[in-house]
Amino acid sequence: MTAGLAAAATTTSTGEAVQFWILGTVAVIGALSTVLMKKAVHSALSLAGTMIVLAVFYLANGAYFLGIVQVVVYTGAIMMLFLFVVMLVGVTAADSLKETLKGQRWLAAACGIGFGILLIAGIGQASLKTFNGLGTANARHGGNVEGLANLIFTKYVFAFEITGALLITATVGAMLLTHRERTERARTQRELSQDRVRSSHVPPLPAPGVYARHNAVDIAGLLPDGTPSELTVMQTLRQRGQIRDVSDESLADLKALEQRSGERLGRGPAPDRGPARDQAEEEEEVTQ
Amino acid sequence: MNPVNYLYLAALLFTIGASGVLIRRNAIVVFMCIELMLNACNLTLVAFSRMHGNLDGQIIAFFTMVVAAAEVVIGLAIIVSLFRSRHSASVDDASLMKL
Repeated sequence: MTAGLAAAATTTSTGEAVQFWILGTVAVIGALSTVLMKKAVHSALSLAGTMIVLAVFYLANGAYFLGIVQVVVYTGAIMMLFLFVVMLVGVTAADSLKETLKGQRWLAAACGIGFGILLIAGIGQASLKTFNGLGTANARHGGNVEGLANLIFTKYVFAFEITGALLITATVGAMLLTHRERTERARTQRELSQDRVRSSHVPPLPAPGVYARHNAVDIAGLLPDGTPSELTVMQTLRQRGQIRDVSDESLADLKALEQRSGERLGRGPAPDRGPARDQAEEEEEVTQ
Repeated sequence: MNPVNYLYLAALLFTIGASGVLIRRNAIVVFMCIELMLNACNLTLVAFSRMHGNLDGQIIAFFTMVVAAAEVVIGLAIIVSLFRSRHSASVDDASLMKL
């Protein structure tokens, strides 16, 4: 690392160059997959990877405080908040591929490429041959953190105070936006139990999943005649319409299994490949 | 290698993020792309801080992070409340104010 060098230099160490080219590739791939991944969870994980790579770059650039803060705040707090919201909103909620504006995607991609060319050509035109390094700046107050603290609490103290006001406002705003006023009285445990006795289901509801084949919570259990029973899936998934119906599928699977085991008779039962196939078909559904 | 390469990388990441904002329809992914753009700006600030031997760039990157944290909190709260009323996180469905 040449951050320690005081005089104006033109190149960094070879180690940093190698690190840059390897991790820079990873960062660009992560950014691309953030944009191109179909599911929001995958996008979030790719973005977390890119952010960790950026944290390493901050450390390599002599910004030790920011590198650690990047890991703690961005990948630790912000990305986890994103994952929470992805889980709240529904993991299976895929992007709609329907274009509301005709040709918008291609125009947007063309604009993006043009913008990128402009930016990179602009940087290429600038004469940035030498760099000073942070050695003296970091050493002036005894370290990077001390130097930053010195600036924050003297030169930027008003900005820092206003930041506090901003954070408080954001907290109150988030509480206000997600708060829901209870419009009706909460039902007591006595009323709930009375309702349950009056309804037709006093014992616990039947469990989801098909015995020995699928035990995911979003798969309805099958009745003896092979039709799925909606009672077995929990109410939230029922309301969202996220029940996976595998009744036909499992019957077809069973047929295939019987056929295969018939073919291989004498070599033991055929391996069950049910779940893998289900996943592949679910992917197809999402694409449509 | 010259530290200018960090600027090229940041420009590339910013471009990818901007294209993502324009291309994607899922509000959460659009939001992630905005975060990517903010991160690219931070990388630029840190790289310039090193080039000029000056800690001011890092201070501004630090403030960017604070503002990004506040922005994420509010933005995700808006997405959650939008999802509650619309049952969708697609930006196309949030067209209540459309003429």
